[in-house]
Amino acid sequence: MSKKILAVLEQREGKIKKSSFEVVSTAAKLASELSYEVEAIIIGDEIDNLNQITLYGISNIFHYKNEALKNYSASAYRDIIVNHAQANNIEVLLFSNTAFGKDLAPLAAVKLNAGCLIDLISIDASAGEIIGTRPIYAGKALLDVKLKTAVKVITLRPNVFKAVEIGNKLEPNLKTINVEQIDLTSKAIQFKKSEGKLDVAEADIIVSGGRGMKGPENFHLLEELSEALGAAVGASRAVVDAGWRSHGEQVGQTGKTVSPSLYIACGISGAIQHLAGMSSSKYIVAINKDKDAPIFSIADYGIAGDVFEILPALTEEIKKIKS
Amino acid sequence: MKIAVCVSHVPDTATKIKIADDSKTIDPNGVTYIINPYDEFAVEEALKTKEKFGGEVVVISVGSESNKESIKKALAMGVDRGILLKDDNPRDSFGVAKVLAEEIKNEQCEIVFFGKQSVDYDNSITGQLTAELLGYQCISVVVDLKFEGEKVIAEREIEGGREVVESRLPVVITAQKGLNEPRYASLKGIMAAKKKVIEEKPAAGSKPTVEILKMHKPPAKQPGRILGTDSSVVPELVRLLREEAKVI
Ligand SMILES: Cc1cc2nc3c(=O)[nH]c(=O)nc-3n(C[C@H](O)[C@H](O)[C@H](O)COP(=O)(O)OP(=O)(O)OC[C@H]3O[C@@H](n4cnc5c(N)ncnc54)[C@H](O)[C@@H]3O)c2cc1C
Ligand SMILES: Nc1ncnc2c1ncn2[C@@H]1O[C@H](COP(=O)(O)O)[C@@H](O)[C@H]1O
Repeated sequence: MSKKILAVLEQREGKIKKSSFEVVSTAAKLASELSYEVEAIIIGDEIDNLNQITLYGISNIFHYKNEALKNYSASAYRDIIVNHAQANNIEVLLFSNTAFGKDLAPLAAVKLNAGCLIDLISIDASAGEIIGTRPIYAGKALLDVKLKTAVKVITLRPNVFKAVEIGNKLEPNLKTINVEQIDLTSKAIQFKKSEGKLDVAEADIIVSGGRGMKGPENFHLLEELSEALGAAVGASRAVVDAGWRSHGEQVGQTGKTVSPSLYIACGISGAIQHLAGMSSSKYIVAINKDKDAPIFSIADYGIAGDVFEILPALTEEIKKIKS
Repeated sequence: MKIAVCVSHVPDTATKIKIADDSKTIDPNGVTYIINPYDEFAVEEALKTKEKFGGEVVVISVGSESNKESIKKALAMGVDRGILLKDDNPRDSFGVAKVLAEEIKNEQCEIVFFGKQSVDYDNSITGQLTAELLGYQCISVVVDLKFEGEKVIAEREIEGGREVVESRLPVVITAQKGLNEPRYASLKGIMAAKKKVIEEKPAAGSKPTVEILKMHKPPAKQPGRILGTDSSVVPELVRLLREEAKVI
């Protein structure tokens, strides 16, 4: 039997997540570099966008199905993935480093005697073995690593790898497996959606505010700009600690690590712990009235001015070009 | 109720990282070490759990002699006793999880607290690995926690909100900021900690699963342009974002 890579996909409310297609693309690329076979596994009840998987290069899809698997269950999902991997000669399991992937990957790894590479920002198998790069010390250093174990469990940082549509159309080869024995010792019983529309961990554009915003009553300026851009609102720890914004929005070493295409920092000084969470953003814009603020040292474009003057003008200008 | 809390000893988050000559580790000169920030939430929750249900809290750390500073910090906050599983060489998460699982089994702890992530190697998996090695349930990145008899109800932070998870004992919980407000060690606590026992034993060897090839610095970002000081440059900024960066 030939060796195999398994892309482990994540659905929420019956929809496969964008970060999972990044995993599909990367798994397909690794498989071609290593001459391995590649397949995808998805666990859940009804799933709307199963056929999208083939667009990104995987045709063999295993859908483990049961109404009781609609919501995440660490114990049940682990069992299904481990059984599948053992029965199908899987050598590499690829996850996205989301809350789901981070929770599940190590549980499966123990059962499979596999080592883990977590939160890779690049991966390469062109030399015949998998070598990954991961940020450590919150991105202050990078580590090139490989696994010494036969079975390998790997998670990819979301938003860093691209989901690339392949040119030729693949015919889906879908196997639906109705799961009967399910260990629901641990299970998600409810999802409490946060008020913000978009989560910083998943957004392609983030508009972030710091103490320079002066008070919670001024964050509407950021909300209006983020609305115009289709962005998420983020925050520095200083404003979260002050209770102006919720912790789910905090970016940084003890908040979320983000890598959007565009990060707009407003009234944020750029402390090392804040930079740790966002310095891998593709483009950074800083608006700060202190021209010596450290945030400017990593910003691509800066305006050394007052957020209260610049933000409304920026929102107007964006609205103009979008209309 | 026997409760364990696992803590790591890490460079202060404000530390500048210098890579050592071997290109595989950091240069420890001039680095201040602290208890891992997330582990303070873990310690606090362990203490609160004991205050509610009674029992004992033991703090466990794997590493060198200097890890005792973080153990002492936990003792000063109110933990009953400490265990140092001594190993002067760095090991990967699997290596840490194996010795922790062995010790937790010996101690017969039913509830085990971890931080969600160590701010050195940022692995965020040691709690999950340990749980699975023990055959315990695991709930990670927890921001709210309740025990009702054998039942555990926790809220974990996920993309876009919170997931409410129901599970049962024995359980490993990994703590996220927001779970609680860690208490300060009082002077009395610090004095009392001096009399508490830190048991020291060698950590059993383990085969590494990860091979470190090279540690290097991320490519330095070129500082960009300050376009101006007022809103007159806003149209120029928007043009650059559209035409040069192509991000909007
Ligand atoms: C263990 C630890 C972990 C931490 N983790 C994080 C983390 O995860 N995330 C994080 O963000 N921080 C973190 N910090 C805190 C960090 O060190 C800083 O204190 C924090 O980032 C500062 O937030 P700030 O930039 O909003 O505030 P400040 O540093 O006070 O900066 C405010 C900025 O606003 C500017 N400003 C003021 N008024 C205006 C105006 N009208 N127009 C334009 N600009 C204006 C000022 O020039 C200043 O630069 C951590 C600290 C520690 C010790
Ligand atoms: N050497 C260690 N000794 C004891 N606990 C540790 C050690 N390393 C990590 N941990 C625990 O595991 C958590 C997650 O660490 P990590 O998986 O390294 O990010 C930390 O917050 C600690 O609670």
